Order: sequence, then structure tokens, then C-alpha cells
Amino acid sequence: MSSILSVRDLCVSYGAIKAVRGISFEINEGEIVTLIGANGAGKSSTLNAVSGLIRPASGEVDFKGQSLVGVRPHKIVERGLALCPEGRRVFTQMSVAENLDMGGYTRSDAENEETMRLVFDHFPRLRERVSQSAGTMSGGEQQMLAMGRALMSKPDLLMLDEPSMGLAPILVDEIFTIIKELNRQGTTILLVEQNASMALSIAGRGYVLETGTISMTGTGADLLHNDDVRKAYLGA
Amino acid sequence: MQVTFLTQLLNGLQLGSIYALVALGYTMVYGIILLLNFAHGDIIMIGAYISWIVMSQLGLSPVLAVLLSVLGCTLLGVLIDKVAYAPLRNAPRLSILITAIGVSYLLENGAQLVFGADAKVVPSFIDTTSINVASLQLSPIALLTVAVTAVSTAVLSFLVQRTKLGKAMRAVSEDMGAARLMGINVNTTISFTFAMGSALAGIGAVLYCMAYSQATPTMGVMLGTKAFVAAVLGGIGSIPGAVIGGLLVGFAEVLVSAIGLSVWKDAVVFLLLIIVLIVKPTGILGRTMSEKV
Repeated sequence: MSSILSVRDLCVSYGAIKAVRGISFEINEGEIVTLIGANGAGKSSTLNAVSGLIRPASGEVDFKGQSLVGVRPHKIVERGLALCPEGRRVFTQMSVAENLDMGGYTRSDAENEETMRLVFDHFPRLRERVSQSAGTMSGGEQQMLAMGRALMSKPDLLMLDEPSMGLAPILVDEIFTIIKELNRQGTTILLVEQNASMALSIAGRGYVLETGTISMTGTGADLLHNDDVRKAYLGA
Repeated sequence: MQVTFLTQLLNGLQLGSIYALVALGYTMVYGIILLLNFAHGDIIMIGAYISWIVMSQLGLSPVLAVLLSVLGCTLLGVLIDKVAYAPLRNAPRLSILITAIGVSYLLENGAQLVFGADAKVVPSFIDTTSINVASLQLSPIALLTVAVTAVSTAVLSFLVQRTKLGKAMRAVSEDMGAARLMGINVNTTISFTFAMGSALAGIGAVLYCMAYSQATPTMGVMLGTKAFVAAVLGGIGSIPGAVIGGLLVGFAEVLVSAIGLSVWKDAVVFLLLIIVLIVKPTGILGRTMSEKV
């Protein structure tokens, strides 16, 4: 397995507040890796720094062997890294089809047409609602749209920030089934979740983030059965 | 009586069309970066001076004057964004608003320094002989103004609704961060928005000069302010709203003048604004902003 994303000593600050304090982690091609942790542990800050939305205070981020530090977000998307952001952030005034078009902004129309068919195979409900405006859809449908939109750029690495947030348990199951399926078909996935038990059950490996530092790492199964993790994040 | 009414209707449509074109620029820029670009009216003033230079000073053709005015306004709009607003993209909104007022003063006083305070007469672009239809005498300028505005608005709607760049504009205007994650170059998209808004201002400048045939350093102030009122009236950020607002302001002014109260025509426009702000602050087609957590 070769490394697709390598983060070393990453620090992210907002003014005087240090959100991420020198974390290092590695993702290999074909893996599902999860980053779990409580609210404010620095999970989203990490993803935002990797995707270029915020500039890290220090540290290195290498994607497919090239540094991403200082590269503008739209260029990072072109290199094959997509982030499906926390809170979905679909374009509510635009239709499902237009949202997907935006996801494939860096690609040609012909390519998008083909990718859109693949996205509809994963999310048949989006096909039914193709001309509906995204703002009128339910939370679960918006999450599917946000994921489909991120897939439109045909990413080699898909980063998902809290895909289960605010969804009914049945929808959470559906979303996680689709994440597994996407991975089986070749997309490497970095999953950030507060729903630690779900995340660890599908992830090959996981990292536990605590107040900006990585406190534990291991296989998904190991972490799932680790007493400290169970106490802190699984309510057991 | 009926003839006068129809003539006044056409006058209202003509004036309203010019306001609509200018209001579109306000509303588009506000829609994308939440900036009330107070320098927008002054771009029209520069466009008027370009027409004056090309036709009156250089003696070149009106066609060239139209092209250079629109091109000049477009470039000026993009330049203002790059030089004055882009460095403040992450600054508080008040900083950029004050900057816009500064740019406005710079353009007005710059024009006064270069061209002087007196009005320059812009020669006529086209033959202004009235066209007689039945018992009606129609002004060719009014007809042209309405037609050009209709076409410009249609082209703009097509660009914004159907093209990739237009969709990107809408995406950036709704969520800049999410748009970045799509691979959209936000700075290019904002430049494009300024270019389109300023091109419309250039067209507005030409149409204004056709109707009033003069250029002064402060001509953009009242024109810009009224177009701003039109944009707010229609619902700032809304493209069809800007057109509706522009036409309403135009009709209101012409109507007030027609009943012999022309000294009140400016006041009526602002009264209209006050009423809208009290009754429906988001304007006619404005959306109520709601934020989902």
C-alpha cells in the first residue's frame, strides 16, 4: 500500500487559539481512515487545512507526493482531493443537477454527464429529484447530495466531515453503507465523525483526536474495543 | 389625453430602463460579495466621458464610442475590484464599504481635475427624428433604450442561469467556502461579476448620454443613488428585482413630472424607498435570509 495523504506536525491556529497542535497521520491508497474526537477537538480544522480553506500555521501536508501547503482550494480539488464539508452546505437556491454540476466544475461537461450517472447509481433518490431545488430537500437527501457533489470531481481521496450529523439512525446506516460501497469501488476515504462507533466499525484504521493532539491510534476494531475509547466516546 | 399617456409611458419605460441597467450592477455585486458598490454610479460617468472623448474630441464614429465606453467601463469595474476591494476580501464589511465611498470620491474629483467641472456636450449617437406611428410621435432613442435593455437583461439572465460561469456566480454568492471546495476560482468569478455589472453600466452610460447628451463629473451620483434605490426596491441581490425596481422608479419619476410636480420627482423616489423599507425591508423579490445551523 502506498501513502496517498501524509500529514506531519500540522498546526492550525485561529488568532491566539491553537485548534490543532502538531498532529501527524497517514492515509494509504484504498483505506478508510477515521478521525474521531469530541466537539472542538480539531477535526474540522484539520480537514479545512488539508483542503486549503485555511492555511496551516505550520506543518506539512503531502498529497500524492506533492505538498498542498499554500495551494489554493480550487487547485487542490483539481489534484483529486475533495471535501464534503460539515453541515452539508449544498447550494440551496440551486437544483440537484446544478449542485452536481458545480461539484464537477473542474471537469468537462461530457465527463460530468457520465459521473452523474454513477452518482445516481449510488444515490437513486437524487435522480428522482434532479430538478428540485436543494433547499427544499430533507437533511438526509441534502447529505446524499453533498456527497454526490463531492464525488463529481472524481476524487482519489474523499474527505467526509460528519456525514451522519443530525440524521435519523436509519439514514445514518444508509449513508455508511454507501461510504463502504464507495471505498470498495476504489475511493480512499478520510472520515471525520462524532459517531465514533459507526465510524470505527467501517474504518480500517482510526486516530483519536483530543484537544488538538492525537491521543491514540490503531485499527478500527482495536479502538472500538479499547476501554478508554469506549468510556470517552462510546458511552460504555 | 391618451396620446400623452402613451408618450409618458414610453418616457417612463426609457428612464426606468436606464435605472434597471445600473441597478443590475449594484445587485449583482451585492449578491456575490455583499458590497454596496457606491462607485458604481461613477463608472457610468467615466463611460459618458469616454463617449465624449471619442466622438467630440477625436471625431470618431458613434459605434466606436459605444464599444469603447462599454469596454472602458468593464475594465474600470474589474480594475476597481482588483485594486481596492480584493485586498479587503477578509476585512470587516464596513472597511470595504468605506473604500467604495472613497473610490467614488476619487473618480468624481479625478474627473473634475481632468475634464473640469463644466458639462461636456456629448454629440448625438443616432438620428433623433421622431418616428410617427398613427398619431403617436415616438422617440427613436426611447425605443432603442427599451430594446437594448430588454436584450441586455435577457443575455444576462441566460449567462447567470445557464452558463457554467453564471452558475459559479450563484454558487459563490450563496456559499463562498463551499464554492471553493467545488474547484471554483472565487476571485475569477468575482472579477467576472464586476465585469458584467460594469459592462451594463457602460451600456447605461451610452443610453443616458443619448437621452441627456451631457457629461459632468457628478452625473453618476444621483443616477447611482436612484439605481441603488431601484435595486433595494426590487430586493437587493435579485436580478429580476433590479429590473422591476428600475422600471418602478422610472415610472414614478415620470408620473410625478407629468402631473406638474417635477420638482418633487427625486423626493418621490426616496419616499418610495422609505415606504418599502418600512413595509417590506427585503424588497419586492428579496428573499428573507434564514440561517440553518
